[in-house]
Amino acid sequence: MSSQTETGDGGAPRREFLRGAAAAVLGGVALAVPLGTGVQVWLQPLRAPRGAGAWSRVTRLTALPADGVPRRFLVSAEQVNAWTRLPRRPVGAVYLRRTGESQVQALHATCPHAGCPVEYTPARSGFLCPCHNSTFAVDGSVNDPASPSPRGLDTLEVEIRGGDEVWVRFQNFRAGVREKIPA
Amino acid sequence: MKGVSEWLEARTGWLGAARRLLWEPLPGGVSWRRSWLAGLGFLFLVQAVTGFFLLSGYGASTQTAWESVFHLQFQTPGGGWLRGLHVVAAQAFVVGLALHLLQVVLAGAYRAPRELNLWLVLVLLPLALAQSVTGWLLPFDQKGYWAARVPLNIVGVVPGVGPALQALLVGGAEVGHATLTRFLALHVTVLPLAIGGLWWWLWRLDRRADHAGAAVATAGRPAAGWWPDQALRDAVVCLAVLVALLGIVQGLRLREEDGVFPELLAPADPAEPFAAARPEWFMLFLFQFLKYFPAGTEVWGAVVIPTVVFLVVAAMPWIGRWRLGARFNAAFMLGLALGAVTLGVLAWREDRANAQYPAAVRAAREAGARARALAAGGIPPAGALELVRTDPWLQGPKLFARHCAGCHRYDGHDGMGGIPADPPSAADLKGFASREWLAGLLDPARVATAHYFGGTRFAQGRMVRFVQRDVAGFNEAQRAALAKVIAAVSAEAALPAQAEADARDAELIAEGRDLIRTREMKCTGCHQFRQPDEDAIAPDLTGYGSRAWLMDFLRDPAHARFYGRRNDRMPRFGVEELLSESELGLLADWLRGEWPGTGDR
Repeated sequence: MSSQTETGDGGAPRREFLRGAAAAVLGGVALAVPLGTGVQVWLQPLRAPRGAGAWSRVTRLTALPADGVPRRFLVSAEQVNAWTRLPRRPVGAVYLRRTGESQVQALHATCPHAGCPVEYTPARSGFLCPCHNSTFAVDGSVNDPASPSPRGLDTLEVEIRGGDEVWVRFQNFRAGVREKIPA
Repeated sequence: MKGVSEWLEARTGWLGAARRLLWEPLPGGVSWRRSWLAGLGFLFLVQAVTGFFLLSGYGASTQTAWESVFHLQFQTPGGGWLRGLHVVAAQAFVVGLALHLLQVVLAGAYRAPRELNLWLVLVLLPLALAQSVTGWLLPFDQKGYWAARVPLNIVGVVPGVGPALQALLVGGAEVGHATLTRFLALHVTVLPLAIGGLWWWLWRLDRRADHAGAAVATAGRPAAGWWPDQALRDAVVCLAVLVALLGIVQGLRLREEDGVFPELLAPADPAEPFAAARPEWFMLFLFQFLKYFPAGTEVWGAVVIPTVVFLVVAAMPWIGRWRLGARFNAAFMLGLALGAVTLGVLAWREDRANAQYPAAVRAAREAGARARALAAGGIPPAGALELVRTDPWLQGPKLFARHCAGCHRYDGHDGMGGIPADPPSAADLKGFASREWLAGLLDPARVATAHYFGGTRFAQGRMVRFVQRDVAGFNEAQRAALAKVIAAVSAEAALPAQAEADARDAELIAEGRDLIRTREMKCTGCHQFRQPDEDAIAPDLTGYGSRAWLMDFLRDPAHARFYGRRNDRMPRFGVEELLSESELGLLADWLRGEWPGTGDR
């Protein structure tokens, strides 16, 4: 290509190639180190541990209708946002529903399809997502084969502590997939 | 593959341009000297690359700047190296540019038609300095804050446009959110784009045949292209630069006992003076230079003289045409370099000879380490400064030095380690209400010394009399009883340092509590304890030394519960609003040794 290769002797093109390769490798290494350091920092979110969910006291049993109609509650928790430790404040919502004298079912109030907030609709006695019309039965299961949601509403662990305190282990799950994977 | 390249070439001509760049003949042939510019370019590239990732984790506001840098450097793996490379590359870039300028002038590489060779470097240098100055502020720690204020004030003394320019850079009257956003915008867009563009221009100039200058003498050799021979040399230089950068970062990390580099001192606090404020080492000469200009003439040192120097260097292509002109240029440049080095060394030696400076640096580092330790436990939404301002370990000594050390001492000093000129005239409060402290107070040999009541109006008071007459005559059994009383009174304080001993000696303390009220021990003859006593004339022993007791006492030592009308000179800090409630709390917590985490003082 260059004038030098054409005028050189037989070994010249090979030596030239070697010099070029050496330049590329050395220069590449020199640039790869700062780039790699940065990429390591940048990829940190992939290494961050998945949220295991923390227990929060949500309400008392007496606040839940005996007939099993779901009620919406805000869940408050402490949160860490990168460098800031945020005091206890609402971080999400759940629907709580009595399934027995002292048994409660907790459903994440977010649609597993695309993450919109679902609403309980008494007329349908089920949940409706206003975004893409996903519908769910009162127990959270998909109740219509045409519903776009890949899975039913995500259930959350519930504990009744001290007789009537309702505690929920709140966590988010990945939207858009069949399996319930913690986000 | 070939089809694609031909298709692209036909439409853009990029491949041809790239080929020309690679194989264009280098006037004067391949040389190591050429690689200097490549090394500078590499330093710039390192800053650009690391800068992007730093920017990805940065929050430009006074409540998030320090916090985000802290998070990136100390809570993200690799973040410390990222910042280290960025900082060291930035310093090396400025120094490398300055040396390049020196080299251009000494080699006479500014003679027509190569004037731009000089002028481009001359423009790059202030841009690189502006990059340093804007970069210092961004972590928004004490060092960055105070270091950035100086150049901002220098801008302010420029005649005419100065104040307006300063206001525009600061984005208001005070350094704040707007300063950070403005500095950040300059630091990551305009300045690096200008520097990168000018560097590219400089690099391209090097390829022009008419620029070869002295190198033309070697034109006997066939003109070689950049690829691969010069490229190989450039790559070797870049790699060497990288190794040097990594070595410097690692060396500086190892040098610091806590392994922290780059430094991140306590968050910027306009209310907190910073005696250790110094510019980066390569700017020390200018800092020293400004010391020689008395008030009102700073504009000469900061603006006029640097501008004149700049103009002289810019005029070198013309000066060089005169007889002896080139020699003048070289001598001027060497004189500048020598002057800068001399001033830098002077500044450094002055600081070393000054006893206060190393102490200020030490204090600043301690405060930085403390702020980082506090931040590691989680930063409130109001920012890390909130943590610093509400930390007894950091604030207690300062409050003590300001408000108490006029009379009191803390372990013989003023709380901050200084020794006031006047001798103490009230008690030494180190370990106040601890068993050791109370044992000293009840020791006939010590009660009237300056450590306790010696300097006060109580030096001949009833307590001193009691200790020196009654206690001095105590028999074995009475001394044992007194030890229990001491343990019981001290337990009232519930000092964190004594928590274990208090729990262990619960029985003994209970006995001591009963003994307090006996006629033999005489405490309740003057003091009130657990039961209201209107006749009490000495401080209440109920909760003695506890947080609430201390705060009440500081609020009003002349309250009937304490010294009443017999109060000596102790100010009524709360009643007279000399200290706020939060300050009283900080002082009480500090005196009690009550602060989060470990900290020794």
